[in-house]
Amino acid sequence: MRKNSLGRLTITDVVMFAVGLGLAGVIVAGSAATLSSGKYTLAQWQDLFIFGLAQGSIYALIALGYTLVYGVLRMINFAHSEVFMSGPYTAYFFARYMFNIGFLQAYPVAGLLIVSAISMLTSMAIALTVERIAYRPLRKAPRLVPLITAIGASFFLQYTFRGLYGSGIDRYPELAILKGSISVLGVRVLVTQALVIVAAAVFMGLLYAFVMLSKTGKAMRAVSEDKETAQLMGIDVDRIITTTFALGGALAGAAGVLYALIFGQVQFYMGFVPGIKAFTAAVLGGIGNVPGAMVGGLFLGVFESVGPSLFLDGLGIPAPNQLKDAIAFTMLVFVLIFRPSGILGERLATKKA
Amino acid sequence: MIERRLPGLLVLGCFGALLAACAPAAKPYECTDKIGCVTIAPAASVHIAYALVVAGPDAVLGTDSKRGVEIAIDDKGKFRGHTIELTGEDTGCNAEGGQAAAQKLAADKTIVAVIGTSCSSEARVAAPILRDAGLTMISPSNTAPDLTKPEKHVDGYMRTAHNDELQGAVAAAFAYTTKGIKKAATIHDGSIYSQSLAEVFAKKFVELGGEIVAGEAVQPNDTDMRPVLTNISAGKPELIYYPCFTSAAAFITSQAKEVPGLETVQLMGADPMYSVDYLKAAGEAAKGVWNSSPDFSAFAGGYKDFLDKHQKKYGEAPLSAFHAHGYDGANIIFAALEKVVVADADGTLHFGRQALRDAMFATKDFKGITGNLSCSATGDCSDTKIAVYEIVNADPASWNPTGATDTNPKKISQ
Repeated sequence: MRKNSLGRLTITDVVMFAVGLGLAGVIVAGSAATLSSGKYTLAQWQDLFIFGLAQGSIYALIALGYTLVYGVLRMINFAHSEVFMSGPYTAYFFARYMFNIGFLQAYPVAGLLIVSAISMLTSMAIALTVERIAYRPLRKAPRLVPLITAIGASFFLQYTFRGLYGSGIDRYPELAILKGSISVLGVRVLVTQALVIVAAAVFMGLLYAFVMLSKTGKAMRAVSEDKETAQLMGIDVDRIITTTFALGGALAGAAGVLYALIFGQVQFYMGFVPGIKAFTAAVLGGIGNVPGAMVGGLFLGVFESVGPSLFLDGLGIPAPNQLKDAIAFTMLVFVLIFRPSGILGERLATKKA
Repeated sequence: MIERRLPGLLVLGCFGALLAACAPAAKPYECTDKIGCVTIAPAASVHIAYALVVAGPDAVLGTDSKRGVEIAIDDKGKFRGHTIELTGEDTGCNAEGGQAAAQKLAADKTIVAVIGTSCSSEARVAAPILRDAGLTMISPSNTAPDLTKPEKHVDGYMRTAHNDELQGAVAAAFAYTTKGIKKAATIHDGSIYSQSLAEVFAKKFVELGGEIVAGEAVQPNDTDMRPVLTNISAGKPELIYYPCFTSAAAFITSQAKEVPGLETVQLMGADPMYSVDYLKAAGEAAKGVWNSSPDFSAFAGGYKDFLDKHQKKYGEAPLSAFHAHGYDGANIIFAALEKVVVADADGTLHFGRQALRDAMFATKDFKGITGNLSCSATGDCSDTKIAVYEIVNADPASWNPTGATDTNPKKISQ
């Protein structure tokens, strides 16, 4: 019996490694061809990067909700995309009202804070309701059961909101202070994008501090590591799980307002695509890992934005932007080939088994 | 049970024999149609079905057509003493929705004919299903050229909407010849409608002497259009032509001017953007956008009357561009049905499905409100002219689609 690591290499490992190398080759060749063609200026690359960063910050905030819940419950909360949708869609009506009476134009900062608060509270309430009704009664059930309930809850919420607010598209009012662009270190950044990136960074910082420094955060980490032992140590597991859903919901609500600021449109189906992307980001970064979700989100956003131009344009592929989802998921495959538990993922095999 | 029901049956049987005896001229209807017959009992209604997008982001497109059909039914009143009933399915403006709707409609044997679909990608999958069920469909708003190309045409598929060979040509000629634009870029959303219209536009624009600097594509659910717009800005186009559906079109509209190099670019879309919901979704950036759509000012005299009825029935102006086409489609069905239907003395109606289909395809010089409609062998019935409009006010409340030069949208082509 050979015991060295080479001996344990299966044919699958070899094939996957070859696929990985092939992808890397395509990426390098495409990038080299695009860059040498000089089609895009430096300013355009910077723009693409900033767009990606803004989009990625939103993914990261949503991804945190997936990863926090996964951390404590080891389940994927597929209703999270609807938690994300519920906040900004509900807050839209308040924003529209404040705009119509002129309050939003007169006090834009206060107005935006109110809108954000409403959005975060709504999303939080929805997250807690889903947890209480759909997940808590199934806490002891096999892990696939809450997964299916989550999908059911997702559809239920989607169509409830469709029934409540209609199936059309609504648009957030446009604010004068969010128009135009500023220059940061010589790079042009749109005001909305700057606001989104900064706000997302603040939220992520606050969350990280909360998880690492507060007593509740400590309890969350304990529950995540071992639920039974945490309970024996006197931690109220149910309360910690509730807190986790509340945090995830609030972050999704905040992400929703930022999304509405950048894109303007809200509708009942708006959560689906960002939800899937954020879930991808969470897996990419290492699900269950808080900094991982942030890194995964930003990584995915930037690759989606820069990728089509950088990798595919040079290879002569027409209309490369149509393939940006393919790029996002190829990146996921690529990362998982070399790091099966994600960029910052914990080594499940050694720790959890 | 059997014994108790028997006398009743006997009475009925005698009564039937008596009726038959009273009407010596009427011999029982015999179905010789090769794809089946429909019998409408004396108390039953004439059942028309729609397969239109009436929910979701593109709901206005189908709702607008559906209202046209409803007004046509009001105008018709009763069909040989039978009430006319309209039911239908939402098609979602995608292939999956079109397939689901078609399968549901195909299972209902009482349906006479189908008004639909709204989007061309729905029609591609719905048409074979409805054909196999013996139904004939007439679409008020499918415009993709290859739905009526001889090699791709599906039996029983026809439309009152224009063919995009025409719309793309008019749009390209307007941009190049009328406005003197030399460099354009196109974006489509991957749907059959969007892709083929963008291709027709690009082809005609190049034929005229213009240059297409980028042919890009997005997905209908995409929200971040800035990367694709940044790609396009590298070619410095003067015009971006993006015949996309409401959501994607609105995202492109609102993000285009934020991309460096595209601050002054002219935006141009097509008929799905001729809707009040597009204005709602795109916000202030919609102002100044051009789009091509049916030329309402060239519609027949009856259009004015139609608009009055519409205002009275729904309390608002038409929501989008294909209400009159729905109205004409329904009337083509009624006219063809008049020709093929056989009535029994008791009011029972019979007709053969192939006979109805043939009669609908034989429509010639039909005086509709969109013009004089004559159907080709592959189902193109339209007599619609195309005009180019400019959105002069982004406020949805100002929406007034009469096709005039002083309303919003305002007609800017000749």
